Amino acid sequence: MGLQRIALAILLLLLAAVPVVAPAFWVTLANYIGLYSMVALGLVLLTGVAGQTSFGQAAFVGIGAYTSAYLTTRYALSPWITLVIGVAFTCAVALFLGFITLRMRGHYLPLATIAWGISLYYVFGNLEALGGHTGMSGIPALSLGGIELKDERRYFYLIWLLTLAALWTTRNLLDSRPGRAVRALKGGLDMVEAFGVDAARLKIVVFVYAAVLACISGWLYAHLQRFVNPTPFGINQGIEYLFMAVVGGAGSVWGAVVGATLITLMKEWLQDLLPVLLGRQGNFELVVFGLLMVLILQFARDGVWPWIARFVPRAAVKPVPDAEPLPARPRAVGNGPLLEVKQARKQFGGLVAVDNLSFDIHAGEIVGLIGPNGAGKSTTFALISGALPLTSGEVRLRGESIGSRPPYEIARRGLGRTFQHVKLIGAMSVLDNVAIGAYLRGSSGVVRAALKLDRAEEARVRAEAARAVARVGLSGHMHDAAGSLALGQQRIVEIARALASDPALLLLDEPAAGLRYLEKQELARLLRALRDEGMTILLVEHDMDFVMGLTDRLVVMDFGEKLAEGKPADIQRNPAVREAYLGGVA
Amino acid sequence: MSGPLLVVSNLCVSYGKVEAVHDVSLAVEEGSIVTVIGPNGAGKSTLLGAIMGTLPARGGVRYGGRDISRMTVEQRVAAGLVLVPERRELFGSMKVAENIELGAFARLRQGDRAALRVRDEVYARFPRLAERAEQEAGTLSGGERQMLALGRALMARPRLLMLDEPSLGLAPLIVREIFSIVVALKATGVSILLVEQNARAALEVSDYGYVLETGDCVLHGPSRDLAANPRVAATYLGQAATP
Amino acid sequence: MDLTIAALLAQDGITNGAIYALLALALVLVFTVTRVIFVPSGEFVAWGTLTLAGLQLGKASGIVGLLVGMAVLAGLMETWRCVRAGELARLPRALALWCAVPLAVAAVLWFAAPMGFPLLVQVLLTLAAVTALGPLLYRVAYQPLAEASVLVLLIVSVALHFTMLGFGLWFFGAEGSRTPAFTSASFTVAGINVSVQSLLVVGTSLALIGALALFFGRTLYGKALRATAVNRAGARLCGISPEFAGALTFALAALLCGFCGVLIGPITTVYYDSGFLISLKGFVGAIIGGLASYPIAAAGSLLVGLIESFSSFWASAFKEVIVFTLIIPVLLWRSLRTHHHEDEE
Repeated sequence: MGLQRIALAILLLLLAAVPVVAPAFWVTLANYIGLYSMVALGLVLLTGVAGQTSFGQAAFVGIGAYTSAYLTTRYALSPWITLVIGVAFTCAVALFLGFITLRMRGHYLPLATIAWGISLYYVFGNLEALGGHTGMSGIPALSLGGIELKDERRYFYLIWLLTLAALWTTRNLLDSRPGRAVRALKGGLDMVEAFGVDAARLKIVVFVYAAVLACISGWLYAHLQRFVNPTPFGINQGIEYLFMAVVGGAGSVWGAVVGATLITLMKEWLQDLLPVLLGRQGNFELVVFGLLMVLILQFARDGVWPWIARFVPRAAVKPVPDAEPLPARPRAVGNGPLLEVKQARKQFGGLVAVDNLSFDIHAGEIVGLIGPNGAGKSTTFALISGALPLTSGEVRLRGESIGSRPPYEIARRGLGRTFQHVKLIGAMSVLDNVAIGAYLRGSSGVVRAALKLDRAEEARVRAEAARAVARVGLSGHMHDAAGSLALGQQRIVEIARALASDPALLLLDEPAAGLRYLEKQELARLLRALRDEGMTILLVEHDMDFVMGLTDRLVVMDFGEKLAEGKPADIQRNPAVREAYLGGVA
Repeated sequence: MSGPLLVVSNLCVSYGKVEAVHDVSLAVEEGSIVTVIGPNGAGKSTLLGAIMGTLPARGGVRYGGRDISRMTVEQRVAAGLVLVPERRELFGSMKVAENIELGAFARLRQGDRAALRVRDEVYARFPRLAERAEQEAGTLSGGERQMLALGRALMARPRLLMLDEPSLGLAPLIVREIFSIVVALKATGVSILLVEQNARAALEVSDYGYVLETGDCVLHGPSRDLAANPRVAATYLGQAATP
Repeated sequence: MDLTIAALLAQDGITNGAIYALLALALVLVFTVTRVIFVPSGEFVAWGTLTLAGLQLGKASGIVGLLVGMAVLAGLMETWRCVRAGELARLPRALALWCAVPLAVAAVLWFAAPMGFPLLVQVLLTLAAVTALGPLLYRVAYQPLAEASVLVLLIVSVALHFTMLGFGLWFFGAEGSRTPAFTSASFTVAGINVSVQSLLVVGTSLALIGALALFFGRTLYGKALRATAVNRAGARLCGISPEFAGALTFALAALLCGFCGVLIGPITTVYYDSGFLISLKGFVGAIIGGLASYPIAAAGSLLVGLIESFSSFWASAFKEVIVFTLIIPVLLWRSLRTHHHEDEE
């Protein structure tokens, strides 16, 4: 048993002892901390990890509470049935809000959730059926296996059981196929899309997950208090939840619990202290919370948790056990070219970056795309990979038109790529970064991942990623944070990540830039070996020596147009190329 | 004043844990053109960013005899240190004339009422810009954009003009034009620090050159000597590619 | 509903809409230049009304305390910055800008309050005080975070909203205020009663919008702000510092919010916490304009004012719900229109 497990066991034992030994006041506080932690946990995933946020989580708590309150008092439904109805209702609302805001990049979700949080508060307060501002009472207590959970001390166990379950599922989720993609959303959106992740959909899923946690918390709240009114579901509370996540540390699941505990205790303390100190009544604790928040964001953006984490023993890095390979893409293709670019054109305002460009690539070739800086090579890459839509023309991969499709659909059709400006998630290990490449080769979704039902597939994904890392010769750095590697090595990790996606066509954007001489030679050896195994490679590169020795064929671009095409030796003799590329001036 | 206009000593720039420029030293004499050449990813643009102050760096940067390493970008601009970046960074949805006018912002804000008079010189040098003064900058072609970026920079009346890949994506005819302007600017007393991929052209117009490779300065010397250096010829002038 | 009521509601809606439009412009301006979603704008509105109301009672009210507190804080931060950078020579100028100016405004307000100056002078004093607070808020809260993401800046904005709400309660008290109408005159056109007060509000809004257009189109600083909004990196290379642009933007935004406060005072009773709901209506307008387009934001705000006015007639309890739900069809429309490739800020 590792140190970390012992620490966890002690923590759980202490927690279990609270209702037995603590006075009633502290049990009440602990109950609230549990309820708040659950909501903050959703925000950790949504804000801290996925980089989106919601100020309307309290409204989802309200939906959970009011749905159960209304249905149990009006129709005498079992609270367990109303939980299901509440969750379903929450999902529907969250899906809708997510759909209208998260498909757009930007900050529409937080703004929409402010409006939604306020609107719902007024709805609760003005609907007669929901008791208006006075609220609803007489909500039945929960009973579990014949035991009525009327007593707060008993209810404690239910709250914390569910809170810890939420903690467990969220942790599982973060360490899984969808979780890796979620962790890469902030700062690597284009990258995950290039490996088949529908980022907008994933963000919506995360938002729904956070909303469901909030809804469950609300349901627990309604049956704990057995009374609801609109106040705890207003926008102020929604913002307090966000404070909890940020103060605690939105980068870690434990940050949610720490934040909920800190804010709850501080609020209790400040509500007693401030009126004495200031000599008047009012919500002055909000001033303190607001200032605290500004200071934390200015000076310790990761919250309190990283500071506590230094005292928590770390789990040792586990070796990656070998596992059966993931299913591979059939290598055989038809007779036609693998990639066809036909009269592709891209215009930005008055600038024509790519004009009337056509070329083919056949299976098993290494083709170099060269040309002076600014000739349109990177734009051409972006057109093939879907990062930019075509202005006109066509791109076909394995006979299928892919022009102007989103990158994640193109990835599905067998395109793996690297980026000119390395796009690794610096804080994630090399192995995890490479495993993102294998996203499309797995199928576990959020539910399977959260319940840890994905372990067999996950083992195969990890083994596959480990093989890709070994293939490029970086096994020694497998568990290092990707951001700690030298730039040249990071480029190689990008190739491993692309390999993990089992591509039919590999697009390499300046793979040799920043590499030293010997590293370049090694890279060339690797790429040749891949070609000999049937891989097709298109690369943009500036290093002439590297390109001439490696490629089977070259396409030369200049001013967005194709200047020449042919074998490296012929290209070298081509006077137009020499003029353009080698820059005879003055 | 004695000593070079710009002296960079032991400059290091890191992105996170990755060092992009390592211990680079260089000097630009008043009234000269100095070029920094090297392959993509060698850290050339990073070097210029660090001198300009847009990137945090360690090491010394002295300009006009003063330590400027703690100055803000705006203070450096006001002191006549001006950068034309690789991405041009024009104000796309604003008029060409407005772009030009804003080039003189630092001067105008210092109360230099004559600052806008430079506009006539700029339009004389780039008649195309005068023709398109009322057009939005985003509608210009690649060559016109580079001219506008240069024109905007000249409005600040630079003492040291730093050009990052001015030939990027331009047709040979325009590249020639740009380089002749660079030479003409030198004649008016402006010192120039030129970062270029187009090593041959850069070495032809410059007085002194530095070769940057993976963040290190591996070679430097008078441009004529560098152009004749077999190693430079092999790697950057593309002659190794010729059988 | 007959035509007279409809005309009355429309007049109310347009009057409120004109005020929301000023807010929407302030929000778009702040967002495009600094990437800050200016949630605490509402507090500036409320403080505007409350300051003017205080002056009419001959009191300098809480704004003096706020100005002094913020100026001292900004002065300390500037001193710390100059000491750390070893640039003590710059300190006097910085202190003059960040301390002396706001303190002077506070002093003038303090001495002028009991003098019973005419309304116009009181309005000008109010605007000066609120405007001075804008750059101070930027300096103290946002400038240290200039490189942070939009999300972090948004969370800071929300936190500031709460903090300022608390300070508002502390400095202005919990009582609401309503300022007297500038004029009670009215006239009748085609059987419809038109109040001069409404015309005054709409006219002031239009004049301000015109002045802003001139400022952005004709003046160097206006162009500099536009340049910063279009390309922050390019603006820096021209010597336009983000700090300068941020402070100027916040001054303009605070001025616009101050105008809103002065204009809305005679229409509704304003409490220390009334600003948030008012500013959210400006937000709805700004979101209709995608937080980018000034004319669409202004038009959107007018729509918000009209919808609010008519829904208060039909379903007054759900007036806020209806107004805020308006952003759902707007977002839906934007979302369906949006293509996959939209630039991230």
